[in-house]
Amino acid sequence: MSESLPEPLPESQAEPLLQITELTTILGNPAQPLRVVDGLTLTLDRGETVALLGESGCGKSLTALSLMRLLPDSGRIVAGSVRLAGTELLTLTEAEMRQVRGGQLAMIFQEPQTALNPVLTVGTQIGEAVRLYQGAASEAVRSRVLTLLRAVGIPAPVQRLTEYPHQLSGGMKQRIMMAMALAGDPQVLIADEPTTALDVTIQAQVLRLLKSVQAKSGLAMLLITHDLGVVAETAERLAVMYAGQLVETAPVAAFFAQPLHPYSRSLLASLPDANQRSGRLLVIPGRVPPLDAQLSGCRFVERCPNAEPRCHQEHPAWRTLADGRGVRCHRVDELSIHPAPPLVVASANTTVDSAPTPAPAAITPETPTPAAEVQVPLLTMRGLQVHFPIYRGLLRRIVGHVRAVDGISLDLYAGRTLALVGESGCGKTTVGKGLLQLVPPTGGSVRYRGQELIGLSHRRLRAFRKDLQIVFQDPFASMNPRMVVGDIIGEGLHALRILPKRADRLRRVAELLELVGLDPEAINRYPHEFSGGQRQRLCIARALALDPRIIVCDEPTSALDVSVQAQILNLLKDLQEQLGLAYLFITHDLSVVPYLAHKVAVMYLGRVVEHGPVDEVLDDPRHPYTKALLSAVPVIDPTRRRQVIQLDGDMPSPRQPPSGCHFHPRCPEVMAICRHHYPVETRLGTKRRVCCHAVAAGLTD
Amino acid sequence: MPLIPVVLWTDALVFLLLAVIALFAVWAARHAHLRAPWLRVLHSRVGIATLIVLLAYGSIGLLDSVHLRLKLDQPDAAGDIRYAPEVLSLLDLILSDLRTQQEKTYSAPFATHLHTKDALNQPDGTVLRTYPRLQYGGAHLVDPERDRWDDITHRALTGLTKGAILWALLVVALILWQAVRQQQSVSAVLGCILRGRTRLPWRTALSTLLLLLLLVGGISELALTYHVLGTDKVGENVLYQALKSIRTGLLIGTLTTLIMLPAAILLGIMAGYFRGWVDDVIQYLYTTLNSIPGVLLIAATILMLQVYMSNHADAFASLVERADLRLLCLCLILGVTSWTGLCRLLRGEALKLREIDYVQAAHALGVGHFTIITRHILPNVMHIVLITLALDFSGLVLAEAVLSYVNIGVDPTMHSWGNMINSARLELARDPVVWWSLAAAFVFMFTLVLAANLFADVVRDAFDPRLNRV
Repeated sequence: MSESLPEPLPESQAEPLLQITELTTILGNPAQPLRVVDGLTLTLDRGETVALLGESGCGKSLTALSLMRLLPDSGRIVAGSVRLAGTELLTLTEAEMRQVRGGQLAMIFQEPQTALNPVLTVGTQIGEAVRLYQGAASEAVRSRVLTLLRAVGIPAPVQRLTEYPHQLSGGMKQRIMMAMALAGDPQVLIADEPTTALDVTIQAQVLRLLKSVQAKSGLAMLLITHDLGVVAETAERLAVMYAGQLVETAPVAAFFAQPLHPYSRSLLASLPDANQRSGRLLVIPGRVPPLDAQLSGCRFVERCPNAEPRCHQEHPAWRTLADGRGVRCHRVDELSIHPAPPLVVASANTTVDSAPTPAPAAITPETPTPAAEVQVPLLTMRGLQVHFPIYRGLLRRIVGHVRAVDGISLDLYAGRTLALVGESGCGKTTVGKGLLQLVPPTGGSVRYRGQELIGLSHRRLRAFRKDLQIVFQDPFASMNPRMVVGDIIGEGLHALRILPKRADRLRRVAELLELVGLDPEAINRYPHEFSGGQRQRLCIARALALDPRIIVCDEPTSALDVSVQAQILNLLKDLQEQLGLAYLFITHDLSVVPYLAHKVAVMYLGRVVEHGPVDEVLDDPRHPYTKALLSAVPVIDPTRRRQVIQLDGDMPSPRQPPSGCHFHPRCPEVMAICRHHYPVETRLGTKRRVCCHAVAAGLTD
Repeated sequence: MPLIPVVLWTDALVFLLLAVIALFAVWAARHAHLRAPWLRVLHSRVGIATLIVLLAYGSIGLLDSVHLRLKLDQPDAAGDIRYAPEVLSLLDLILSDLRTQQEKTYSAPFATHLHTKDALNQPDGTVLRTYPRLQYGGAHLVDPERDRWDDITHRALTGLTKGAILWALLVVALILWQAVRQQQSVSAVLGCILRGRTRLPWRTALSTLLLLLLLVGGISELALTYHVLGTDKVGENVLYQALKSIRTGLLIGTLTTLIMLPAAILLGIMAGYFRGWVDDVIQYLYTTLNSIPGVLLIAATILMLQVYMSNHADAFASLVERADLRLLCLCLILGVTSWTGLCRLLRGEALKLREIDYVQAAHALGVGHFTIITRHILPNVMHIVLITLALDFSGLVLAEAVLSYVNIGVDPTMHSWGNMINSARLELARDPVVWWSLAAAFVFMFTLVLAANLFADVVRDAFDPRLNRV
């Protein structure tokens, strides 16, 4: 292959800090190796942040592990070079490499929960890292650990030294990980999805911290992520990876202004957005090709909207363009002349995309049925409470309650979607399960068409099971791996004796598979034969089998890639239009809310703090928590970016909620009254409710 | 009729177990998630080799589990047909030479003379204290000193050849069958097997089988004229004892698990699934049981049973029946003391599974508790049950030996490795030492337990989701 290397700095004075050239890594059985990283070339300069972007299974994490030379046993680097500050890393001995790891090249991992040893204190673990690189005496180590903890913004670092990982929250643990990574004064920091496991407000904290650490020490950072918003807000340059290869590199601003590779375009277009409410999201058909196959043509060809015969036969070479951009596509010249043609074709009524004006607030919200407000709600929930008792001691006495859900009132209407938004641990999943009586509520009322559901026996509830269904978050855990698809989807029909004969059931299942866009042949296959997105379709088919009126969607897309998420969101929207379903859409991802929901309720610590129509709440949030939550969501478009409202600390435990307003310890607008009294609901207009003293005071003034 | 069948309690349970295994095999063959791991077991070389050894043990045990009474030659006074009072098994009939050719007392393996001196009356009236010739062992030799080793070598070679011929016949049959099935030439199939390129590791399987058949051929040829493993205190053939002990060992290993399984599965899953007071009661039950020393419980039961049996001696038709009941009781009480471990495991697993999304979804679909347990929870804990069974088996075989050694195991009249080891306690104190009883019991038990352990390892690996993607 005669590929020219991308040159980010046209007349680069010296060698870049990290120079990766033609790195190739294979994984698995040597007879049929998977080329998980294939000819990757990338440079990284001091003080620069480069984002490596791509869907799961594209080889991002294996690139990071190849750089660290920490590949799993079956993986090998077969070609290429990695030069860090002039030293070739791939030829170092393992002993020398150990000095480099952590010393010059440090890494932080995705999952802070498992990356810390649970039986050692925080101080010991950071101290270990410090001692390795400095070999200092214990007093010096201690002071260095304290300095590191201060550097990553941990409050009261002296107390933290003696605490164990389980006493810290997820965001704190990620900070500890960062402190350990910084212990050796690295020159390059590889951050593998550092914020994926965290909530948006915590994500904002961690990203800001990363930037400030970088500004102080001139670290170069390789940020691996699948989140375009995070890329837009943190990185200077980005590299898009697809099926083991780089397909595009570009400065961030130029990339978002005009992505060149069809894959990058599709990825951007499949992001849900308020502007796309009435349209459909662009879907990238198909999936990432298996890497063991001999791929002759372009790897993206099967999913590419612009493929031509040449793309099937010839492997596209790397092309270096002006302004430090590079792309791997045969048709880049033709495509860059016509900016973004495929997007407009795919979603005809979303051309507003290119207009950088702030989102026009109310273009679509009330279009479907203006009469919806007069409609009788299908389901009303009043003051729902789910408290879990805490037992202690030999006699298992109840010593307190975890107030997971503490007085929630919601209404669900046919054909409408209510989004329930909140960070992890706020009780939103419990609300969904409490609604379906999967966990017994301890108080309040849930009335479906006037019939009270709370307190019904297992048998009496069966009459209502048909109408209330649920779709779960994890498509891998939500189907019994030991049953075939036909039995999984037909289970409800069998259990409620709607179709007692298996042949009838299978016929109905085939119809349902058709409805969710799967091949009816799938009936005799097992769940493990399907991809994540297909499994989520199967789960939706199972929920639809009983002709429900209400479906609780518990984060149905959070385990999926962006392109697959778009497919599922489109499907849910289509089904709602066809069947007039009511959705309770539970999510922590605010970016999908405007696309799918009509109303939104924001939850904090077991209670709803703000409730109202989507556009009003998202465009004009009133509750300080909603404001902070919205401001923390990374936004691609720089003109629409808000000032991030920094929330201090983490969500308190629902075991001992703070006195007064639950949000007051973190609230930037806290007043004296907030510490003693929980605010009563304030109505704003006919449809909005906010629980905040400040809002109430603002109204009376 | 030349014989009447006798079905002992344990025989009935063995046949029930076989039926259960057969049903499970049919069921597993129809379900991909079960078929795949079992095929992995068969495709592993250790798996197939140990399976062949286990099958050899199993078939001996099975032959020993078909009991009958033979017809006597003379009818009784009234002219009715009479049956012999002793209950024999098919294995006894096959080995009737070994069973009936009793010497006076100890004799070493392949010996021609007794192990102990005895006073012999000479024809001239003098009494000579010497080692007398054996009645059966090497009786055909004119001059044992001179001919014995030649004769042994000759017979061993004959036996090995017979074994090899039998093996060759089996191999030819296999190759022809494979050639017809795969529609390939015989030489191609042979080449594949020789180079180990078959999906089932036939090469390993056939080598194991060759080893086994050579051993069987050699020993059976020699056993016609010699006591291959010597004789014990009362002159009984030790090889016969060791072979008869196989059934006892297998029964303890399998029946115990069969007995404890329903309790462990039912209670374990119920505790984990329903939680609350059901969980409390079941946990209370097994913690209590667990805190009583197992040996104490077993000793108490067996001693009580002994008293009962001696008080109601006429309730049992034969000694075999009596010994059988004691064996069954032993299995029962071992089952009672050993179900708690599995129950605990299953409770934990059910606790985890009840919160998993597909069980929650089943609740939301209105599926009843019983269906959820049988359809969603039981199939997903089955791998734990299988692994526990395989691992427990060898432990139970060893437990029998230990219990018999302290006299609370099987009936002293019943052949078992434990009883053989128990008697070896005195034999080892003799001078010259009598080592062959202990050695025979050790080799037979060791082979079985090793094969079972290796097989259990293969089964566990095959079912481990982290090692294989289903």
